[in-house]
Amino acid sequence: MNPASPSTPVLQVRHLSTCFKTAQGIVTAVDDVSFDLYPGETLGIVGESGCGKTVTSKSILRLLPEGQGFIKPGSEIWFGGVNLAAAGEKILRAIRGARIAMIFQEPMTALNPVFTIGWQIEEALQYHSKLPRRERRRRAVEMLRLVEIPNPEQRVKEYPHQLSGGMRQRVMIAIALCCEPDILIADEPTTALDVTIQAQILQLLEGLRRKLNTSVILITHNLGVVAQVCDRVLVMYAGRIVESGSVFDIFHRPQHPYTQALLQSLPRAGKKQPVETRPRRLPAIPGIVPSLLDLPRGCRFHDRCPCKQDRCAEEEPRLLEGPDAREVRCHYPIGPAPAAAERGA
Amino acid sequence: MWFYILRRLLYNVPVYLGIIFFMMLALRVNDPIWAFLGKNASREQYEAFAAKAGLDRPFLSQYARFLADLATLNFSAESWDQPGKSARDLLLAAIVPSLAITIPALILTSLVSIAIGLAAAHFRGRWVDRALMIAAVLGMSISVLVYIVLGQYFGAFWLKKHFGWSPFEIAGYEPGLSSWSTYCLLPVLISVAVAMGYDTRFYRAVMVEECGRDYITTARAKGAGAGKVLFVHMLKNAMIPIITNIMITLPFLIGGEILMEVYFNIPGMGRRLLTAIVAKDFPVVQVFTAMFAALFILTNILTDILYAIFDPRVRLS
Repeated sequence: MNPASPSTPVLQVRHLSTCFKTAQGIVTAVDDVSFDLYPGETLGIVGESGCGKTVTSKSILRLLPEGQGFIKPGSEIWFGGVNLAAAGEKILRAIRGARIAMIFQEPMTALNPVFTIGWQIEEALQYHSKLPRRERRRRAVEMLRLVEIPNPEQRVKEYPHQLSGGMRQRVMIAIALCCEPDILIADEPTTALDVTIQAQILQLLEGLRRKLNTSVILITHNLGVVAQVCDRVLVMYAGRIVESGSVFDIFHRPQHPYTQALLQSLPRAGKKQPVETRPRRLPAIPGIVPSLLDLPRGCRFHDRCPCKQDRCAEEEPRLLEGPDAREVRCHYPIGPAPAAAERGA
Repeated sequence: MWFYILRRLLYNVPVYLGIIFFMMLALRVNDPIWAFLGKNASREQYEAFAAKAGLDRPFLSQYARFLADLATLNFSAESWDQPGKSARDLLLAAIVPSLAITIPALILTSLVSIAIGLAAAHFRGRWVDRALMIAAVLGMSISVLVYIVLGQYFGAFWLKKHFGWSPFEIAGYEPGLSSWSTYCLLPVLISVAVAMGYDTRFYRAVMVEECGRDYITTARAKGAGAGKVLFVHMLKNAMIPIITNIMITLPFLIGGEILMEVYFNIPGMGRRLLTAIVAKDFPVVQVFTAMFAALFILTNILTDILYAIFDPRVRLS
């Protein structure tokens, strides 16, 4: 789908900031993040561990651990005319699972070990539909068939420990999609699986997205996955969006040095390179992600940045909006300078 | 499932045989007849007594005979202390008063502490949780004797003296449902108060651990409300430690409310066994000990069966 399509977004996130109370003080894990999600598109959110991807996704459904994580006032998450950031528990419960569903990283622990697969699919239907029990069971079997689990009539009666990791992730997808949500948030759905299963799960997700016309937010640190299934990408670093754009632009014309460095640290198979310039080691980004408790002054990436200049250590760059629906947070972006239309701080 | 139960039962047969063997040996280390008759008894008296009680035969023969009695539930051995009464009579008379205290105490303790544990876990870190846990530690720290003394003073004496109202009696136990609350309610409440401090903290710890599990987030993401999450998802997962905790206390409760039975003059199992030991009533002690051992083993088997019912993963192994 064309990211620049004029259709109205299904989800609008504006100035989302999420904080955690820790023993060392309050940490802002997600800092002023804004983005739109359009119907039927797949939006990738990438970044290193701890950059705020998962917290962003959990904030949307308000699934942060109670009493520890909270969304800062002023954040807005607009979905279907409701601001989820300020909505009450009752409204949230009606939306969770029915209109926005979520699948998680660890299929091993995300399913409840003491209930059958069928029960766990039916549970979501029980909350969000008026189907009688027998219909729910029929629908559960149908969902298992949809996620290509063999012998679904038998499998509904089994428990999670009787299934493999890939099968469990399929069950998670079946649970998430059984109420035909508008948005599916997939939080690193393939990280815990081995590579062949990863490809199957991604194909399955992609196929179901087309079939059900669901918008997908795919959170991952795997750029290969992003290239395979996403339409648009947000790159996050230390709680902030540093770059966003279409998957083609991000991969072929990265403007932020961080995005470029990430792409360079990807191993590539079969790419022709002259022998003498072929690097012996895979390039890595020097340094480590800054602690959110002790962020550097200026640009959060400056002390790891290969093209840093004096200004970078002094002044934090703003997210600049460029042509082709691109955004970049850098004083000295790579390539043609974006038009200086500014958005947000 | 039936095969699983049968296997559990069979595994425990040798365990029980071993316990009975060592129990019978231990009871004979100090000659029970001399202990009962006293050191001034004559040789003839001793031998007549031994022949009557069957203690003159070889140990293995006694062992086999006692096992046969256990297997056929034949406890007709006559009490030495109360001639004319068999161990069976004493046992039957003691079971009902014991259960009248322990079963309500167990049910009440479990329900109340699980509920408090859930509430504390739900409000963990907040003032509700802190207040409940401070109360639990206080409750745990006070000796059971303090509860008994204060309970008896206020429940049975103070109320009667100042208000002319006597809801509780501390002596003169009578069986029967109508008089149950008069004799048994106070000891039940005291048992609950004593056990609750520890249990509440234990259940809270179990629930707090479950709160952080991934499946809880999944359930919330499906749209489950707080009640569903707590009482369906968490509680069923927490059943294993809950069952373990209840089952550990069960045999102690049935055999072990000695203090309550003594202080409230309730002729239960604990008090009966204590009296028999003091009176050196050998056959009664032997039968009661064998019964307590059986109780422990049956509780263990029941625990294993309940595990399998609540956790599908146990059924495989």
